[in-house]
Amino acid sequence: MSGACTNTLANLRGRIARIEAHGDAHDLTRVALGHAAADAALCGGLAVAAVHEVFAEGRQSATATGFVAGLAGRLTPRRPLVWVRQDFSEIESGALSMRGLCELGLDPRLVVTVRATDTDAALRTAADALACDALGVVVLEVWGPARQLDLVASRKLTLAAQASGVTALLLRVGAEPLPSTAETRWIVRAAHSPPSAPWHAWGAPMFDAQLVRNRHGPVGRWIMEWKSDECFFTEPATHPQPVAATPAHRPHQAAAIGQQRRAS
Amino acid sequence: MRAGLSIGLPLANARAICPELTVFDADAAADRKTLGDIADWCDRFTPLVALDPPHGLFLDITGCAHLFGGERALLQAASGALARQGFAVSAAIARTPVCARTLTRQASGIIIADGEEAAAVGPLPVSALGADEAITGGLRRAGLKTIGDVAARGRHEITARFGAGFTCLLEQALGQGDAPISPRKPLPDYIVEKRFPEPVATEAVIALNLSALSAMLVTAMDRQGKGARRLEASFFRTDGAVRTISVETGRPVTRAEVIGRLFRERLDALNDPLDPGFGFDLVRLSASRTEIVVQQQRDLDSNVHDNDALAALIDRIAARIGGRRVVVHLPEDTHIPERAVLAAPAQHHLAAAAQAAWPARVESEPPLRPLRLFDRPEPIKVPFATVPDGPPHQFTWRRVTHAVVRVEGPERIAMEWWKSDGAGPTRDYFRIEDEAGLRFWIFRDGLYESEPAEGAGQPSSIRWFVHGLFA
Repeated sequence: MSGACTNTLANLRGRIARIEAHGDAHDLTRVALGHAAADAALCGGLAVAAVHEVFAEGRQSATATGFVAGLAGRLTPRRPLVWVRQDFSEIESGALSMRGLCELGLDPRLVVTVRATDTDAALRTAADALACDALGVVVLEVWGPARQLDLVASRKLTLAAQASGVTALLLRVGAEPLPSTAETRWIVRAAHSPPSAPWHAWGAPMFDAQLVRNRHGPVGRWIMEWKSDECFFTEPATHPQPVAATPAHRPHQAAAIGQQRRAS
Repeated sequence: MRAGLSIGLPLANARAICPELTVFDADAAADRKTLGDIADWCDRFTPLVALDPPHGLFLDITGCAHLFGGERALLQAASGALARQGFAVSAAIARTPVCARTLTRQASGIIIADGEEAAAVGPLPVSALGADEAITGGLRRAGLKTIGDVAARGRHEITARFGAGFTCLLEQALGQGDAPISPRKPLPDYIVEKRFPEPVATEAVIALNLSALSAMLVTAMDRQGKGARRLEASFFRTDGAVRTISVETGRPVTRAEVIGRLFRERLDALNDPLDPGFGFDLVRLSASRTEIVVQQQRDLDSNVHDNDALAALIDRIAARIGGRRVVVHLPEDTHIPERAVLAAPAQHHLAAAAQAAWPARVESEPPLRPLRLFDRPEPIKVPFATVPDGPPHQFTWRRVTHAVVRVEGPERIAMEWWKSDGAGPTRDYFRIEDEAGLRFWIFRDGLYESEPAEGAGQPSSIRWFVHGLFA
């Protein structure tokens, strides 16, 4: 074989390799969740411009909602969020409360809610929204088993997400996982507040998050705590008594007392 | 008519005249609907169509007649098409609607030039005026048989005997005065339409024509610096049925492709799809609400583009599933949890929502308001509370019993008694964590001390509800 031919062949091989690698995990942008072990399993964080699924039992719906809201808050804090859901899910597990979102440290001004009548309308709206690159995250909330959300639908969502750079989060409450093209799949349950004296502050969102599918890394199960002030997930505090977050503009208490003593 | 029958004839007399007569009960609702349908169909001649129940229509054809080849041709086209559909038509064109109506009682197809009204209606009987039965009878008793007879009397005599309303009617019938009709629909700001010599039925052709019409509409609006907020497409079927489909947008639309796309979305999502039947012979696109578009220079910031893209997306979704199903959220100044947030249509309130001032959260506190809130609090069963104002130890919600592990509360929220609909029992809210780690927001409806003691134990009117779920 002549040198020119080998060269052409190598060129072609290189091009094919590039085409195949396109859109693959290795050049995906990732956003760290803040939880060290989970970020390590996710190769640095949650992939942007992909589909992520969150599953939960029926009674854990609020927990899963909180987890999805946390993921959305991590992914794009400043871009509009479209939350698509069915009428039925509002009856079953309550409406998404904007005051509640505020309390989690997220911005309700960026949220546009679409109330779809059925799964078909919800799916179509979500696909439409995913094609709009002005958005940050599209959340599709579907209650119960939905046969419309099959492999084909999931593939369509993935392609739309890749093309526009918008991340899709599927919130599936009361459903069994089916084959899909999602980048990650989580099963979320509520975790206890850390043990402490009853008069101490408790009730920060605690998730028992199980990563059951990860296309580009290992799976795992972690207890994650959502920090509403700083807007990230962390490991639960090992210290039994939670310590109040110290605002940056205030001097540390010990130092301040020391200064007072010197002054007096 | 041909057999000698007339409206108001007793049934026995009619049977005597025409023994093979088939009799039906009058159906006023169906008559009204048919008249409305005919009025819809008449929209093709002029946008100003008014109903004259029980069986009349007024069409204001000022400035429209030349489009159909003159008044005579228009009259023939309208009455011919209606007669082909099986309606008995009597039509006339005159300066005032009452004059034209009076003429139709005599014969069809009369066109009266300005100034000849009095001569034309003079010989007609007074019943043709369409006044009350009592007035017509009174005129006959007074020996005034024709309209000419009545017109010959002094107006003050007529007014004194039959009232000012009848005088006004008489003057209009004689072509005096100005009597505008009250059209069924407001006049759209812009109308473009396309007539087809051969009816079109295929979706592709309809879509093509809609986009051509959108381009025409946009050109017309652009000349005056307007953009459309509400658009209507009317499809006139050859068999007379008319279907109107409307689309609303959040901000004025100035691009033809956007209009085309909105209508595509809307047509795709119709519950009862557009049925072309034997085809449409007229498609009309009208902008019923328009706004002045301020052409502003775009800065290089991508934010402006993003806002436009989001507004366009909202319009598309709203066109398909309805504007009230796409909402943004606005804070309300109230303590009542279920009223604290207002869901407003995103098309109209997108800018307001982006500027809304939400109450700030308390730093380094766990969430004080639940993430999911039930529209209507769900009742729970509480066996007992240890102290009268205290939280429960366990409760049953949706047939599952939860044991309470941690409690925070009460947070007392009083109802807005200063409002007319604000009265209600004060609520004591508790944040609760159960043995599985699920967190609830429950409240007791009413206070113990304010309730009349009904023997021992818990007053029957104290109820517990779960109002929301924390993450």
